[in-house]
Amino acid sequence: MSERTWRAFARRDGKKGIRNRVLVLYTVKCAEFVAQQIVSRSCHPDVELAGFDGCTDNQYAVNLLISLIRHPNVGAVLAVGLGCEYVQPEWLSAIAEKEGKPAAWMFIQQEGGTAKSVEKGLHWVQKTLEKLRDTPRVPMGFSDLVVGAECGGSDFTSGLAGNVVVGRFFDRLVDAGGTAVFEEIVEAVGLDGLLIGRAAGEQAAREIRFTYDKALEYCRRVRQYSVSPGNFAGGLSTIEEKSMGAVIKSGSRPIQGVIKVSCPPPRPGLWLLDSTPDPYWMQFGITNPNDTEGLMDLISCGAHIVFLVTGRGSVVGSAVSPCIKITGNAETFAKMPEDMDFDASPVLRGACGMDELAGRLADAVADVASGTPSKSEALGHREFFVPYKYQEKQVAFPKACPQ
Amino acid sequence: MEMTAFQIHPEDNVATALTPLHPGDVMLRGDAKTPSVRAVEEIPLGHKIALRGITQGEKIIKYGVPIGCATGDIPAGSWVHLHVMKSLYDERSSHLDVNTGAPKDTRYE
Repeated sequence: MSERTWRAFARRDGKKGIRNRVLVLYTVKCAEFVAQQIVSRSCHPDVELAGFDGCTDNQYAVNLLISLIRHPNVGAVLAVGLGCEYVQPEWLSAIAEKEGKPAAWMFIQQEGGTAKSVEKGLHWVQKTLEKLRDTPRVPMGFSDLVVGAECGGSDFTSGLAGNVVVGRFFDRLVDAGGTAVFEEIVEAVGLDGLLIGRAAGEQAAREIRFTYDKALEYCRRVRQYSVSPGNFAGGLSTIEEKSMGAVIKSGSRPIQGVIKVSCPPPRPGLWLLDSTPDPYWMQFGITNPNDTEGLMDLISCGAHIVFLVTGRGSVVGSAVSPCIKITGNAETFAKMPEDMDFDASPVLRGACGMDELAGRLADAVADVASGTPSKSEALGHREFFVPYKYQEKQVAFPKACPQ
Repeated sequence: MEMTAFQIHPEDNVATALTPLHPGDVMLRGDAKTPSVRAVEEIPLGHKIALRGITQGEKIIKYGVPIGCATGDIPAGSWVHLHVMKSLYDERSSHLDVNTGAPKDTRYE
């Protein structure tokens, strides 16, 4: 698996991208239409929309926008603001410039309204697409790759096949020197001993313990765990059972530590992403409101490619990084052929072994990394979600109380 | 149609039904120690079948880890779900409807 290489886009910070996107970022909902028009009228698969609804800013949301600007799959950035919001398009544009990426910004109020702003933006995007043809190319392999995984729309096959093949692939990716990120700590209930037993060191163990306790304390307090009537009707009997089916996608390698949203892992290996709010805003909810948020969180941590494991089926894709959708349900794969990328069901039929299946997934990843669009990418799915949230940038250990 | 179930870990005392199960022989796939188990009742697709007799208070093992404990004696080959097991954490889930998972502790008045 470690043999395959492809041509990547070289970034000033030394990172390598598998796409060369032009990101059109709106800084408040009021600017979304203009930004969206610029994207759709450019008629180019590498031009994408993302943004924050605002208008009041929020450090978490701004960090997320910045993480997309710095993402290695992004080659250029156009920030579009209305002109009276908190989030500053000029400062976002300056960050892109510092990264050596072509960048521009505008206020719709200053440009003189919809038509003029769209015209100006479109002109800039077209010029920039030409410029991006000269982006230097470098060889890239699995050791340079960051892959994130989450699951949604799960059924009984997710924990038996879909998540299991991701775990087996993650083991190979980590062994090849690459980086793997998994999330969903609220779906790790009962597994603290298992996760901490896999910590790469003392610091990692402390980070996992704290993050697990934070999530469990929340669930206990509100008497609500991340498991629903549909899960029970489908055969899951407890949150522990659902949790193990989810955690199995992390594979078996040591966990290097816990990272937070918008904070890429400091070194390769397997990492746990904590996307839950930090305590004092905990009453605003702890689980991801939808699958797109989970994918965005992984992308904000530098994932070049994201996996969505879904037994029941899903149609979402993602801006910035291609989404590969995996199902262990043969019926789902047959029913949604233009949306589902990878069929993990042969292992349940006994038609192939897990190692062979993980090898096939590695091939699919290398294909997408080489430029082959994933199913959602080809269909034009480029979902994004940038919410308000409160979260520290490092694991927020409580301060020691004075005696 | 052949009835099959999947055992994800060799130490497990339950397996997951890959087809709807009726009383009769069920072929085991995955990391199973024996080729088959005899189902003694109807078990829906995606639900669990006991691979051996499990006594009250014993842990239910899947993926090689405890996923809850038995609230009554569970005969080999029977359906393992909310009516005979409970979470070690989530106290509410053992009071849900065994077929639909719907809550029975919220009043609709």
